[in-house]
Amino acid sequence: MFRRVLRLGLTPGRPNRGLRTRRGGFILDWDAKVSDFKKKIECMLPGKQWGMPYDTSYLPPKQSDVVIIGGGILGLSVAFWLKKMESSRGAIRVLVVEQDHTFFFSQYSRASSTGPSVGGIWQQFSVPENVQLSLFSINFLRNINEYLAVVDAPLVDLQFNPSGCLLLASEKNAATLESNVKMQRQEGAKVCLISPEQLQNKFPWINIEGVALASYGMEDEGWFDAWSLFQGLRRKVQSMGVLLYQGEVTRFITSSRQMETTSGEQVVLRRIHEVQVKMNNSLEYQPVECAVVINAAGAWSGQVAELAGIGKGLPGTLQGTKLPVEPRKRYVHLWHCPQGPGLETPLVADINGVYFRREGLGSNYLGGCSPTEEEEPDPTNLEVDHDFFQNKVWPHLVQRVPSFKTLKVQSNWAGYYDYNTFDQNGVVGPHPLVVNMYFATGFSGHGLQHAPGIGRAVAEMVLEGQFKTIDMSPFLFNRFYLGEKLQEYNIL
Amino acid sequence: MAAPRAFLRLGAREWNGRARAIHGPREPVTPDSNQKRRTLLQFLSDHFHDVQALREYLLQKQASRVNWKNRSFPNIQQKYGPDVTGALFILKQGGAVKFQDKEWIRPNERGRFPTEFLTFREVPVEAVDASGCAINYQGMSNLLPLKELRSLSLQRCPNVDDWCLSRLYLLANSLQELSLAGCPQVSERGLACLHHLQNLRRLDISDLPAVSHPGLTQILVEEMLPHCEVFGTDWTRGPKLEADCP
Repeated sequence: MFRRVLRLGLTPGRPNRGLRTRRGGFILDWDAKVSDFKKKIECMLPGKQWGMPYDTSYLPPKQSDVVIIGGGILGLSVAFWLKKMESSRGAIRVLVVEQDHTFFFSQYSRASSTGPSVGGIWQQFSVPENVQLSLFSINFLRNINEYLAVVDAPLVDLQFNPSGCLLLASEKNAATLESNVKMQRQEGAKVCLISPEQLQNKFPWINIEGVALASYGMEDEGWFDAWSLFQGLRRKVQSMGVLLYQGEVTRFITSSRQMETTSGEQVVLRRIHEVQVKMNNSLEYQPVECAVVINAAGAWSGQVAELAGIGKGLPGTLQGTKLPVEPRKRYVHLWHCPQGPGLETPLVADINGVYFRREGLGSNYLGGCSPTEEEEPDPTNLEVDHDFFQNKVWPHLVQRVPSFKTLKVQSNWAGYYDYNTFDQNGVVGPHPLVVNMYFATGFSGHGLQHAPGIGRAVAEMVLEGQFKTIDMSPFLFNRFYLGEKLQEYNIL
Repeated sequence: MAAPRAFLRLGAREWNGRARAIHGPREPVTPDSNQKRRTLLQFLSDHFHDVQALREYLLQKQASRVNWKNRSFPNIQQKYGPDVTGALFILKQGGAVKFQDKEWIRPNERGRFPTEFLTFREVPVEAVDASGCAINYQGMSNLLPLKELRSLSLQRCPNVDDWCLSRLYLLANSLQELSLAGCPQVSERGLACLHHLQNLRRLDISDLPAVSHPGLTQILVEEMLPHCEVFGTDWTRGPKLEADCP
């Protein structure tokens, strides 16, 4: 018996583990690991080529179950929900790759859209799924400290301003606005219609000329600090075990095979096996073996999709349908106006696309305007065109709020919209031909406010194969091929 | 034994951490203050998944305790009506309620209160004193159906924040008196959505630690609510001078 105990102790088996420690599970392929180690020791001996070992901790791991391309708010939201909904702790290894680690939007031209965003959230959309997404997101934001609680970390302070959102409509848009509000109320949003006289009573600083109808969100609408949400999410996903690395995705290693559909057509289905992540300012890259790739690259999603071969085919076919998401530059201006509207000012969205909101207590206002198709600024850099404010934004502001005549611009900045040129609404879900690539992009300006809902939808799709809570099937990629537009009436 | 007491201290530490964070949400927790208070449990939870999971569970339990206190009472609402339900909710939390033409009903030190108000039919609630109660956004849904509520006091409520204030517009027709003194989570952003309450005549916003500029905020709120008397900063006290001013 004593000999048996000795044998148990001396044979190379699973080492005795007392309390469960951070290293998990079995070590498979022990022999390969031993030979690897022997090779490393051989390198160190005198007379051999000193090739290793050096610190490679900046390189992402060689294998990961899910690779999320893009570490902005959408990418982190998907990572959060994947980790929250996994069946057992540590079941899925998630890697988030972000090309701009500093998120310093004013210098780099390849920047995340999360930092410069205005941070508004409202439920006044024309597509019912967007309203549901907003309602879920506001619930998420309200209970943010229950979702994103990390032991020993400070609470997330979103600095939410529940001041509501005011949408103005002219004669020709009034009917659409009314039907939209009816649909929003049915979904559960607390929005009401106001006539121009009531509007004048409520907000005396507004000039109601040209306004036929307005819709005002009484509750669950306003704006918040996107950066604190982003930092809170980052902290939480790191505590949940998601790996965050910096790098640029330059290549996908895919394999394809020919399959026949039920109607006898031949299709080529593609599968991504490896993602090559290149480091900044160097030629070094790390091939990451993966099972699922999530394209949450924001304004750069179109380029990433092209790397996977999406859109390489005859135009008009499913192979030839590109992902129509491209970067569009948008400006945000901050100005000071001492006689401006008071503390009760909501986020006001005017008829012609000009919007503004209050910023802080000191009579500062933030706003901008979405340019028309012809006036689109050049997206290759983030330089601000100051004439844009003078010519396009200021006249409309003064016309709507006369006290803005005496405003003084304090600063401007620019950011990218992940603009969907097809219908300005997002793309969510898998690609029909590249079977393991999922999209979470193209929201053209409302990615931030819908991020919690979209993250959950994509996680449901990846883990369970279908949308469980909000049915996002109108947002699938197929609509680009079928030509079915999911037009959103009002984008800011 | 040392181990259970250590676990109890864990709960208390979590609560303290929360209270600290409430008072200064924007101040980052400095690493040296963390180092000083490093307990055995913190060390263990850094190294073992189980202990970390236990701490996360205890954190969640605290939140669910507050949610349990703020649950709604659908059966009582069906049987007795929204006024009685609201009154019951407030009394259970430890607050006081006044029905129209009746006296104030308060719970005693044991938490017991007289239940004769259950027999009141169609008598609206006129005033609610929820000072120090653990009422939060969820619990507000019990108060909002009280359409004749004239006075609401939410003094020193630790869970009343800007989100709760954004719901008060439903009481705009009747509310004449509102007190938010001493609420640690109310900031100027929540005060901005009080502009719906056009019938408000008395508003108390003194001693709000989360408001960054109390004087300026009071001026802006007074501009926003022209018919309302706003109590906030003590204007009789001059600006604070340096102690050794030559």
